[in-house]
Amino acid sequence: MSDAVVDAGLVNYGVPVIEVDDLEVNFAGRVGMIAGLMGKKGADAKAVDGVSLTLHEGEVLALAGESGCGKTTAARAMMGLLRPDRGQIRFRGTPLQSSARGLQPYRRQVQMVFQDPTASLNPRQTIYEIVAEGLRIHKIHNGPGGESEDELVARALSRAGLRPPERFYLLYPHELSGGQRQRVVIAGALVLDPTVIVADEPVSNLDASVRGEILALLMKLRRELHISILIVTHDLGLAWTVADRVAVMYLGRIVEIGPAEEVLQRPRHPYTKALLNVVPEAGGADRPILTGEPPDPTRIPAGCRFHPRCPAVVSGRAAELGIESKCRGEDLPLLQAAPEHEAACHLVPLELAP
Amino acid sequence: MSVLSVRDLNVTYTTKGGDVPAVRGVSFDIEKGRVLGLAGESGCGKSTIAGAILRLHSPQTKIEGTVLLDGQDVLALSPGKLRAARWTGASIVFQGALHALNPVQRIGVQIAEAIRVHGMAGEREAFVRAGALVEQVGLPSRRIDDYPHELSGGQKQRVMIAMALACNPSLVIADEPTTALDVMVQAQVLQLLRSLQHDLGLAMLFITHDLSVLVEVSDDLAIMYAGRIVEEGPAERVFRSPVHPYTKALAAAFPEIGDVRFRGQPSGLGGDPPDPQLIPSGCPFHPRCAEVTEVCPTIDPELWRAGEGRTAACVHAEGAPVFEGVQR
Repeated sequence: MSDAVVDAGLVNYGVPVIEVDDLEVNFAGRVGMIAGLMGKKGADAKAVDGVSLTLHEGEVLALAGESGCGKTTAARAMMGLLRPDRGQIRFRGTPLQSSARGLQPYRRQVQMVFQDPTASLNPRQTIYEIVAEGLRIHKIHNGPGGESEDELVARALSRAGLRPPERFYLLYPHELSGGQRQRVVIAGALVLDPTVIVADEPVSNLDASVRGEILALLMKLRRELHISILIVTHDLGLAWTVADRVAVMYLGRIVEIGPAEEVLQRPRHPYTKALLNVVPEAGGADRPILTGEPPDPTRIPAGCRFHPRCPAVVSGRAAELGIESKCRGEDLPLLQAAPEHEAACHLVPLELAP
Repeated sequence: MSVLSVRDLNVTYTTKGGDVPAVRGVSFDIEKGRVLGLAGESGCGKSTIAGAILRLHSPQTKIEGTVLLDGQDVLALSPGKLRAARWTGASIVFQGALHALNPVQRIGVQIAEAIRVHGMAGEREAFVRAGALVEQVGLPSRRIDDYPHELSGGQKQRVMIAMALACNPSLVIADEPTTALDVMVQAQVLQLLRSLQHDLGLAMLFITHDLSVLVEVSDDLAIMYAGRIVEEGPAERVFRSPVHPYTKALAAAFPEIGDVRFRGQPSGLGGDPPDPQLIPSGCPFHPRCAEVTEVCPTIDPELWRAGEGRTAACVHAEGAPVFEGVQR
């Protein structure tokens, strides 16, 4: 596969690496102390409410949505950091075990990069110790080619763009810039030779000019090491820059998924359209903006979960088309809108009709 | 007369580790009804400028130059006059505004206090005005009886905007006003700020690192690097056809969806922003610059003409003097 093909986003999806089936994660409802003593219980929050997703080999998939939509929870469950209440996660076809010991080989294969590099690095460890820690946890003394720990750490640091690696060994995180710290986090992931990197808002805490460099590094890892990358982000511009496919989440569900060009340029779900409307741009002053606050995952509306905010329902267009009662009453799965492009909207079948 | 006129502003923080020059010779004007966007990365000095305009820095901080607000030199005002200028002349909406409200006071009381303290109205009238302001920022007026914890992040930011408008200022400084907000709420708050600014004819200084937000709200843009303005001009033209290599790199960090140049091609700037105590010689951007020339480490560029109504501090700007070995 040539670079040109990758750059145009025309990736032939490889074999599935991670498959998620009907994932559900609930957080127990909370109430005040007095109400708790009186035996009252809060409603459970359905943070992830039936997500199915496939991450292919060498693919960059962006999981996008507003805060509270469940994107981070879904990613954490995919990492084995949260136990799902329902559903299955398979790694190369094998279902994930839920015991800590059963998860260990998986955790080596799937590494995570978090938003705030300063918070994810131990301030009292040297860069060498930080990067070597994964090897020690997984009791890896030598690389596959007989490399020493020192050689593995050096290779990971230089793959993450910290060269010459020896120069960083004895430094502490506070001696590095924000961009360098995020590179150390990435080196700590790379040292274990992962198949998948899950990056949760990997650049939103970084300065604008540094962001591109970190994203370019992730793209290079995908190209050279064939690592699959799941990027959790609220930024659709970022998804446009790096992702092969984009999945948009709303209230715990994926409401639209497809190739980035399709989802971002020919969105089908009104929620995706609304999200694209609020991407700031020159001359974008007078576009419609959804009113109201992000919705509450303890009270998911019946029918299409987006209907109370949906411009098609609010404007009466859904009623004209005779689907309003469906929107208000019928929950729906993802429907095919175009090849590889699915959206969970009752309008989709109508728009397909000639 | 400009609402705000800043000339040769220098701000130096004095620290145990020596002086830190945060702002180094910045000049700009904002006319009534205009929005100037000030962009740059953390540490470039953009928020320091906001603090200097209202003299919010500690007395140890050295401020030089002139800041004329409605014709008055803020840097020379007596403490009493200064207090009057804050809120009535210029007010500020911070990023941290989400924590700036007093948690144990109803929001109406807090807004009314600002009005009363500045002698704009008596107690009863101040409350009436607080209710009207809350409505003006898009909340039902009964919300003045709420405590801050009863409001969402976006609603709190609306309350802060209401407070900023309480004393009819001629200038509003918005320092990262939407950074902590979710995308949809950010768009709502931006729309509100824009319509208020337009309806009230306010002059506004809008500060953020997010160039895509700035280009949407601003008439003019000023890009800062290492304590200086390095490019200035009409917002859309600066964003779409930047002249200074730093602006080019910054604009590339905020790609527009559908622009195929950026598809699969994240581009960034090598290196890190300079330490204000160790600013490189000549053009401070030269160690990271993609278009660096031989003369750049020795020439301290001024804001030269760079097209109609635009300036850029770069030897490649069309109005720059001729330097040996520099092609334009």
